[in-house]
Amino acid sequence: MILRETNSVDPINWHSVFFLLFSLVACAFALAVVFTGHIVRMAFYLVLSLGATAGLFFLAGADFVGSMQLLIYVGGTLVLLVFGVMLTAQGPFVTMKTTGGEWILSAFVGGSLLAVLLPTAFKIADWQNATVRVAGASDDEPAVARKLPEGEPTATRIGMGLLGARVDQLDDNNRAPRGSLAGYLLPFEIVSVHLLVVLIGAAYLARTKRRTRPRDTTGAELGLEN
Amino acid sequence: MDLLTQPVGVSHYLVVGAILFTAGVVCMATKRNALGVLMGIELVLNGANVNFVAFGSKFLRADPNSSIGLDGHLIALFVIVLAAAEAAVALAITLNFYNNHSTVDVDRADELKG
Repeated sequence: MILRETNSVDPINWHSVFFLLFSLVACAFALAVVFTGHIVRMAFYLVLSLGATAGLFFLAGADFVGSMQLLIYVGGTLVLLVFGVMLTAQGPFVTMKTTGGEWILSAFVGGSLLAVLLPTAFKIADWQNATVRVAGASDDEPAVARKLPEGEPTATRIGMGLLGARVDQLDDNNRAPRGSLAGYLLPFEIVSVHLLVVLIGAAYLARTKRRTRPRDTTGAELGLEN
Repeated sequence: MDLLTQPVGVSHYLVVGAILFTAGVVCMATKRNALGVLMGIELVLNGANVNFVAFGSKFLRADPNSSIGLDGHLIALFVIVLAAAEAAVALAITLNFYNNHSTVDVDRADELKG
């Protein structure tokens, strides 16, 4: 590691170090998901990538979203996917080759997406980082880190927001008094009913069907099939 | 090595989100296994989630009042829940397809082709 050649050496910003660590793990394993052809390895790399993304959420101060990412996404959705892989990964379906033309086309699409998104990310000055220039300071003076606001747990405020009371915006004088105070009660209800419908639908779709077969098949064959 | 001593901002999170999103799109386009396509969808939704959380964070920008605050967290939660629902239904459809056709190759699902 090379520190900059200044008379006062900048201290290492551990927030940035951990951001670098988690983002490298997330991006590297996301690319590994793309480039491996083995479906079981893809599932494992996806677990690592999404787990590292949960670390990024914690670093951004979103403790509740990060833990929900670990609980629901990594612990629930991906276990579901791994079960699907286990039920279908046999014989020729473990590694399925993609033709070269498809790789070239999708590399073109992905490259153009990145070429649009990456410059856009650095367009806005406010998005660069949490430093401010002291008013009246000359340009060659280094920007000093802003004193960050106190981090506090977000679970209670998120819960109140889901119930329709935005307690996090009560003392915010900059916003219009009504409208922006609206909570998320209606989307919460919609998502609840949606989850119920999805649960019933998934159970209906994935149920084991009784094969309509002629009577003369043997019992052992039926036991194997079902 | 500037990144080790300077604080990170929203832009760095947006870069991570863009890479995850692009990896998901390429994964969706290239995989022939239906479960591989599903994993691509998960990556795309996760890249979007990174952006939502970054825009909702007060620690990543010069003016903390210009962040969207808790709205970003709430939208990210909804995305997580909807991703779980989508994965459950898509997995049920895939298993049904596997039971009926004995394959998970999405190129073989061409019965509706005109």
